[in-house]
Amino acid sequence: MFRIVSKQDLSPTISKFVIEAPFVARKRKAGNFVIVRVIETGERIPLTIVDGDPDKGTITLIVQAIGKTTKMLVAKNVGESLVDVVGPLGVPTPIENHGSVVCVGGGVGTAELYPIALALKSAGNKLFSIVGARSKDLIILEEEMSKISDQTFITTDDGSYGRKGLVTNQLKELLDTGANVGAVYAIGPLPMMKAVSHVTKQYGVRTYVSLNAIMVDGTGMCGGCRVTVDGQMKFACVDGPEFDGHKVDFDELIMRNRTYVDLEKISNDSLEHQTIHLHEGMMYEVR
Amino acid sequence: MKSVSPLKPSERMKIPRQQSIEQSAGERSRNFREVSFGLDEQRARVEASRCLECKNPVCIEGCPVTIDIISFIKLINQGDFVGAVNKIREANYLPAICGRVCPQESQCEEVCTMGKKHPPVAIGKLERFVADYELEHNLFTAPVIATHRDQKVAIVGSGPSGLTCAAELAKLGYKVTIFEALHAAGGVLRYGIPEFRLPRNILDLETERIKALGVEIYTNFVVGRTATIAELFDEWGYESIFLGTGAGTPTFMGIPGESLSGVYSANEFLTRVNLMRAYDFPNHDTPIRIGKEVAVIGGGNTAMDAIRTSRRLGAEHAYLIYRRSRQEMPAREEEVHHAEEEGVEFLLLTNPTRILDDGNNWVKGIECQRMELGDPDESGRRKPVPIKGSELVISVQTVVEAVGQKPNPIIQTTTPGLETSKRGTVVVREDQQTSREGIFAGGDLARGGATVILAMRDGKTAAAAIHNYLLRKKENRNQETVSQTVVIA
Repeated sequence: MFRIVSKQDLSPTISKFVIEAPFVARKRKAGNFVIVRVIETGERIPLTIVDGDPDKGTITLIVQAIGKTTKMLVAKNVGESLVDVVGPLGVPTPIENHGSVVCVGGGVGTAELYPIALALKSAGNKLFSIVGARSKDLIILEEEMSKISDQTFITTDDGSYGRKGLVTNQLKELLDTGANVGAVYAIGPLPMMKAVSHVTKQYGVRTYVSLNAIMVDGTGMCGGCRVTVDGQMKFACVDGPEFDGHKVDFDELIMRNRTYVDLEKISNDSLEHQTIHLHEGMMYEVR
Repeated sequence: MKSVSPLKPSERMKIPRQQSIEQSAGERSRNFREVSFGLDEQRARVEASRCLECKNPVCIEGCPVTIDIISFIKLINQGDFVGAVNKIREANYLPAICGRVCPQESQCEEVCTMGKKHPPVAIGKLERFVADYELEHNLFTAPVIATHRDQKVAIVGSGPSGLTCAAELAKLGYKVTIFEALHAAGGVLRYGIPEFRLPRNILDLETERIKALGVEIYTNFVVGRTATIAELFDEWGYESIFLGTGAGTPTFMGIPGESLSGVYSANEFLTRVNLMRAYDFPNHDTPIRIGKEVAVIGGGNTAMDAIRTSRRLGAEHAYLIYRRSRQEMPAREEEVHHAEEEGVEFLLLTNPTRILDDGNNWVKGIECQRMELGDPDESGRRKPVPIKGSELVISVQTVVEAVGQKPNPIIQTTTPGLETSKRGTVVVREDQQTSREGIFAGGDLARGGATVILAMRDGKTAAAAIHNYLLRKKENRNQETVSQTVVIA
């Protein structure tokens, strides 16, 4: 069992968990993910490892309550456990000194970006960060990102905090100022990563994106996470999750990720309208 | 053992082969319960009495794990069902599984002497009967382990080869740990083979029995990621490692339209249903998509499992598309027969060329080409050749590709010096030893896609080789200690 040793709410829907997973903690690198199952009848979902402490045997996960599984997870408290955590999976992010880099995080994607930004900074890069979200309450890790970045920009779609507008406006401006950017790392919703890649292609700046495809096992077994990169079929779980943003067929992946939308809604509704029996035998009022 | 039957051989030949009781095709094609209930006690005894008790029991040679078939059938004749299952377990620790999924018709039963003129003795059904009898009456006792040894062995993968290797080594007294990547043990027996062929309680029970031998199972542990082979040797202290990670990477045909929603690899389709229990959605959270019309591509056992699963999930039309003829199908005859009974429509000599988009990125059909058989190819089977102008479109909303699997490369790519073939399989010697000292491999990882029983044979062969290796290693170490002692003295 994988016990939750601490929990911190970063926003009304986003929580940060520190979870006991000693084997994963020893081996994880920036860009790795774990597959998690919350309850015995639950789905297997991928979550990026935000941080790890090999001495304490813990890993950090940041989760936004969106579907049934993430909602059940965010409803968990310290002392409770997850039934399964397996990893570290995926290819770690290639970290090198590009001179200057821009890290662009969208929504909860900033959580996945943070360990990468930290590793890039440690590798000697000058680090520009752009943290964006729909609105102020969904901006996370602003302080952490600012601490490690040479310059941090905040944008919100509705202008409730930072600069009003999309991350791409800020990115364009930064690239225009001739900051001599060697690479861009973007993690967030697919349309955001698509837009970022579109912008950076015009500037000829290498761009890494992290693809959140539908996965079952996370070890290359099901092929559900297949994506088209440079015309080739790749599995996001073992060949990625990071790929060259200029070569990813985003539209195809956006469509594929809609495969279960209606069924996910059924699953979600069953959670919203019922009291759920969790595996420990406790009763949870979820709403 | 002397003959135990009061019947003369000529009398035995007159007894008809006993049939299992099965769910009717109409009923079972709508549920996930087991198709066959097996033989009852009376039928099992009648069937056992058909055995001719040959002086030269060729059936044993026909068995990949050389079960002493003639002796276990004699024990059934004597009414000693537990004795019979224990006799099987001497050679094969998973009788309830093999009695269900083994292709007996091309192994022990194919060579059975009775089979020359009459239907062969139903050896597989008898194996299953005694295993089920023991289970039903709760008569299992774990074998006593005579010697305990301090050497530790790691088994990677809890499928048929790994479970068998673990059981054999544990019986020899070794400390054995199985590492499994998924959250439940069983490998392909868990994610691949459907419940209607192998109920989960049977698999759970066989796994528990292996644990009862003292074998430890770590689930959620991806060797190559969670710990490497080098770490298992150096940090965890394992002295030998068996790799039985199977052939878990799906192959796609490479035709247009494979990225559409509604296209699955057989691995994903079966894993969602078998491991994640998507058939019980939303009580289980993992969903699956099933159209009214489903196409499964392929002619192997995996294709049969997928197509029969699609019927159970509610497909009104289930098309099995295979590019050769029925004769060339690699699937077991029994599975093809069951699929036919369950209303599967076979489109033979038909090859898919394109999956069609409904305009919203969903599958709306599959374009195929009719084929005819030409000259034999390198596999010895007649090669299918497209017939010009024979294109046809079949309306389907779900497509499952069951066109083969390759070994997962995670361990091979993280283990220096481990030799692999062009097909991605790990190269092994006859005793299952790989190119690396102390590392053995078997099952689909070495074979590239075979049967449960051949994987089990590899596990057994490897266990014997590991035993030898560890004995030698210990002897060498003792000699070293002795020579060191001499030097010091």
